[in-house]
Amino acid sequence: MTATAQITVDGMRVALNGERNLLEVIRKAHIDIPTFCYHSELSIYGACRLCMVDVEGRGLVASCAAIPEDGMVVHTTTDEIREIRRVNLEMLLANHDSDCPSCPKNETCKLRALAARLGVREIRYRNIAVKGQRDTTSPSLVRDPSKCILCGDCVRYCEEVQGIGAIGFCGRGSHSTVSPPFEKGLGNVECVNCGGCATVCPTGAITPADDTAPVWKLLRDPSVTVVAQIAPAVRVALGEVFGLEPGEVVTGRIIAAMKRLGFNQVFDTGFAADLTVVEEAHELLPIVTRGGHNFPLLSSCCPAWVKKAEYFDSDLHDHLSSCRSPQQMFGSLARVQLGPTLPPGKKLAVISIMPCTAKKFEASRPEFSKDGVRDVDVVLTTQELAGMIREAGIQLEELEPASFDLPLGFATGAGLIFGTSGGVSEAVVRYLAAELKVPTPAVAFTEVDGNSGIREASVTLGEHTVSIAVVQGLKNADLVLDTIRKKTCRYDFVEIMACPGGCIGGAGQPVPQKKETRMQRSAGLRQIDSVLPVHKAQDNPFVTDCYARLLKHPGSQEARSLLHTSYFSRKREEEDGIELGDQDRSSTALRVRVCVGTSCYLRGAHNLLQKILAGIEEHELQDAVNVQATFCMETCELGPSVAIGNRWLRSATYEKVMEEINGTLEEQKKHDARVTAS
Amino acid sequence: MINDTACPVATDRQGHYRSVLDSVKKRVILCAGTGCIANGSLKVMEAMEAACRLHGTPVSVELRYEDDVTATPLYLSRSGCQGFCQMGPLVTIEPDGILYTSVKPEDCDEIVLRTIIKGERIERLLFKDPASGVICRGVGEIPFYTRQARSVLAPCGSIDPECIEEYLAAGGYQAARHAIEAMAPEEICRLILESGLRGRGGGGFPTGKKWELTRIAAGNIKYIICNGDEGDPGAFMDRSVMEGNPHSVVEGMMIAAKAVGANQGYVYVRMEYPLAVKHMRKAVEDARSQGLLGDAVFGSEFSFDIIIMEGAGAFVCGEETALIASIEGRRGMPDPKPPFPAQKGLMGCPTVINNVETFSTVPLIVRGGPGTLRKVGTPASPGTKTFALTGHVVNTGLIEVPFGTTLRTIIYDIGGGVTGADGKIDPDGFKAVQIGGPSGACLTREHLDLPLDFDSLRSIGAMIGSGGLVVMNHTTCMVRIARYFMQFAQNESCGKCITCREGTRQMLALLDDIVEGNGNAGTLELLQITARVVAKASLCGLGKSAPSPVISTLRHFADEYRAHIVDKRCPAGECQALSRPAIKADQCIGCALCVKSCPVGAITGERRQPHSIDADRCINCRACVAVCKLHAIA
Repeated sequence: MTATAQITVDGMRVALNGERNLLEVIRKAHIDIPTFCYHSELSIYGACRLCMVDVEGRGLVASCAAIPEDGMVVHTTTDEIREIRRVNLEMLLANHDSDCPSCPKNETCKLRALAARLGVREIRYRNIAVKGQRDTTSPSLVRDPSKCILCGDCVRYCEEVQGIGAIGFCGRGSHSTVSPPFEKGLGNVECVNCGGCATVCPTGAITPADDTAPVWKLLRDPSVTVVAQIAPAVRVALGEVFGLEPGEVVTGRIIAAMKRLGFNQVFDTGFAADLTVVEEAHELLPIVTRGGHNFPLLSSCCPAWVKKAEYFDSDLHDHLSSCRSPQQMFGSLARVQLGPTLPPGKKLAVISIMPCTAKKFEASRPEFSKDGVRDVDVVLTTQELAGMIREAGIQLEELEPASFDLPLGFATGAGLIFGTSGGVSEAVVRYLAAELKVPTPAVAFTEVDGNSGIREASVTLGEHTVSIAVVQGLKNADLVLDTIRKKTCRYDFVEIMACPGGCIGGAGQPVPQKKETRMQRSAGLRQIDSVLPVHKAQDNPFVTDCYARLLKHPGSQEARSLLHTSYFSRKREEEDGIELGDQDRSSTALRVRVCVGTSCYLRGAHNLLQKILAGIEEHELQDAVNVQATFCMETCELGPSVAIGNRWLRSATYEKVMEEINGTLEEQKKHDARVTAS
Repeated sequence: MINDTACPVATDRQGHYRSVLDSVKKRVILCAGTGCIANGSLKVMEAMEAACRLHGTPVSVELRYEDDVTATPLYLSRSGCQGFCQMGPLVTIEPDGILYTSVKPEDCDEIVLRTIIKGERIERLLFKDPASGVICRGVGEIPFYTRQARSVLAPCGSIDPECIEEYLAAGGYQAARHAIEAMAPEEICRLILESGLRGRGGGGFPTGKKWELTRIAAGNIKYIICNGDEGDPGAFMDRSVMEGNPHSVVEGMMIAAKAVGANQGYVYVRMEYPLAVKHMRKAVEDARSQGLLGDAVFGSEFSFDIIIMEGAGAFVCGEETALIASIEGRRGMPDPKPPFPAQKGLMGCPTVINNVETFSTVPLIVRGGPGTLRKVGTPASPGTKTFALTGHVVNTGLIEVPFGTTLRTIIYDIGGGVTGADGKIDPDGFKAVQIGGPSGACLTREHLDLPLDFDSLRSIGAMIGSGGLVVMNHTTCMVRIARYFMQFAQNESCGKCITCREGTRQMLALLDDIVEGNGNAGTLELLQITARVVAKASLCGLGKSAPSPVISTLRHFADEYRAHIVDKRCPAGECQALSRPAIKADQCIGCALCVKSCPVGAITGERRQPHSIDADRCINCRACVAVCKLHAIA
């Protein structure tokens, strides 16, 4: 028998158990080694130099990058180490924009907390930094470079977890900054708005955008009826802000607090999630009954994933479920169902409470607004709602729970487990089982290749088998998407969520303080499901009623117009197009984009563009159509490419373009007339 | 040890080429290193060719394999840097052994008529030793060369770097052939280890050990990288080797490849070295076309090829992990070590990374056996080291000396002594020498007799670095020197680790305070603390050594810092903010305009007599300087 390998940390013996670095071992000895740049789920970076420890015989080493070896003797708080930590913090603070009282990260800032913990009482260095410009171009996130300490956590998160790389380092030495490419705004690059960067940021350099001001305004406006929807994940995390344990279900108390804040009605996004289950399952049903695993359906309820698919996976859009996310299904239904019930002169405002920063972007998508009115007016994150409750001085923990309003406030367990990774798949299986008239099977996921970010399950539904993959993190999603491209995919349904753990780990949630936090939240949602009387979306009486009165049946014309959507390629960000008319970008005019990339140009795109401009003038369509020139769309062999609205015409000719324009305008007119009539 | 007969040459072309070369009766070699080109050596080359034709002397400017053995009495060729850059353009005439210095195009007529045709010497073009006044006939008599021990640099002055045949004719690629055909990988590693070769890039890690670690590391794919990203201010050793003897680098890499089992090599050259890039590229292409690189090297089963990569100008890419990141297409920032490149380097594969000079030394060892380097140098640092000698010294340029040579020998014998403010030799002029660039330290008079090697320098907090030597006389302000290197370090810090990024920025700000007269006792204390922390806690070697110029000047020139801080005075007179205006007595006519302009009444003097300024009263407003029509106040 060999003796267990162990090291000595400040005189204590600690057994080694496969820890990947010294820092993990030291933390096991209950010594909280300070660090900014170490995150167990990201790669080792070694830049903050705060985790340095003294290893006898080796001297100072960064414990995050040191491999633990049997017999090591480690000292963690020598005078030398204390000096290094303090001087490093002092130097960071000297050039940090230290307006802490007004910083959104004030109470959760790691820099502030460490300065307090390490007893930094004086900053002997001068502030010699040039103040950076705040970036508010993204609807989801705000960047404040003056608060950045360049730990690189955000850069690695974006690259390693999401595989996006929307931000990176630029400049050298003391001129280094973290920035989107070419110092563009975050809203003008391939950011998918997941907000993971804000979650890992130790300071206030990247924070979720704050939209509480317009909500306060709406709540105080007597001419507006303010209704809200609360996403499932919110109810198991909001309590953390008020000192409750992660996973503690505070649904009733949130509703009570919101009523006190002035919300007229509070509904459950879980209701819309039940609808999503029904609609999505109907897309999946033919795939399952037909058999064969070469055409998986991809879930579409995560807006970060959807945007990523629009940037990088336009070749797979046929796989992407056309279902809107529960938030947007709720938004369009609320407009149709609640709008007409309002007294004359009253306007309806729909507010979402979401665990997610990407939902802010999703709600702003043009296809989710009608006549200039967004289906969802404002999206608040869990953090923002908690902030409003605190600002109003409402002691959430003391409140008597209240109930959701009906009809949009009734959800089954199926809709509620949407908030945790694997939940969408399970809810869909419950529906399919009933549809195929077989007992609901248990869904047990196993990790694929030891990667906890990709789990799979194979479920038998009578004579059919449905293979499911559940993916967290968009970089993991690429692994599965590549198998679709190579035609080796063995799944029928792939659930993709950008955030670790699914929505419960969203960037709008309170920043998790412990490793277990996400698991506790997930357990909270599972617990709600287990105590609810109804577990299947199709058993939701209000869903049934909704179909009876409004939607007729899943996949109906009505359902398609209210609950489904379409996708387009974002290979080129809109900013890159060249305006040719004098329309402003926000106008509702039909957008016609003509590719003038080299290949399309050689195929006559320039002449075509001239003809289209002349034709539009001739038919006096200048107000209705907005023509733009765009750069290469990378479908060169099919050029010239012209987009009319969201629809792409390949090998476009003048006649085809004008026909399509007229057709689209005609459709729009009919549609508008219908809306006015109803 | 190998000899020509035991190991046939790389190609049978070599023997014939050598006879072509031997048939040449007279050879004129023009130095075409970057220094001489900047001084106009290419124009001299043109003029020389024209002069030959004018005077009816048949001349070849290219020696081809196909050339008739008897048809080339005069061969006009170019060489790489010969080191004596200050005296360029250099023209060597063989076999006479004449070296003409500072040659101009208009001198060529005379050179052809008198030296080439008649065999006379032209005295005015020969080097005159400023110390002794002796006129030197050639390399054999010039102290700058006689005190050196040129081995790595030896071929730089003679062979044409763009001609692979010349390298082959001089016995080139025989070492590689021997290693590839006749030696086992472990045997090569052992040979290099026994030879005592230590990495010439700064750290001095035993090369054989590095290779052995890479050889035994698990993995089918391994890489060889040559680090040619020489970026220290004032250092140009690697550039000269790449420009002047590129095939020796290729050959060294081939031997390393065989030793560790690599099939792909990279040469990472900074793009600011266009000539080095050009010569390395040509060397690799020529080697490939001769079957020395590519598949089946020398017809063996071993394959190896080299890609030349240009760096984009970041100093930090000279750090090996940052260099690897740069080749991989990532931002050039160091990664924490371990893992070391020998375990996990380029693309995650075991990688040998050595600098140019190290690779260039390797063929000499394979050719000469394990004792090659030990003929000179010290037991722990055998062999020679190249240095770039610059600053206040009579002879500046590129030199190669045995390890263990003292600074005194380098500065006074090779360098010809220290120059004063007037540019003439000043026997008492020596103040300090900066060694090792931004990572190095300032050494003083007390170190003049210290034998230079890896360990002696490390023991006094300095390092050889890549080998820059900047000599400084008394007009140099050491605080400004520290500030200069700190500015460099701050600009070139990659910005990754807090300690180096913020530390260099803050140290620069503190040094700025001192040279601008805003320093106080706290400034000095904070500077010391910061330097200590940056040296201990930075992520990479560059960060760790960035405070060295500050630490060494603080140690050896504490008085000078104190003068700046306490007395608000710059002893060397370099710090403008701390110097008080003074009136030059020989230029002052006593017009008293300055007296009227002085707001504090610090200027006094008799009318029409030279005035003077009371330094204690002067507030350094410099109003007098502006008003003086004769510019007598400075």
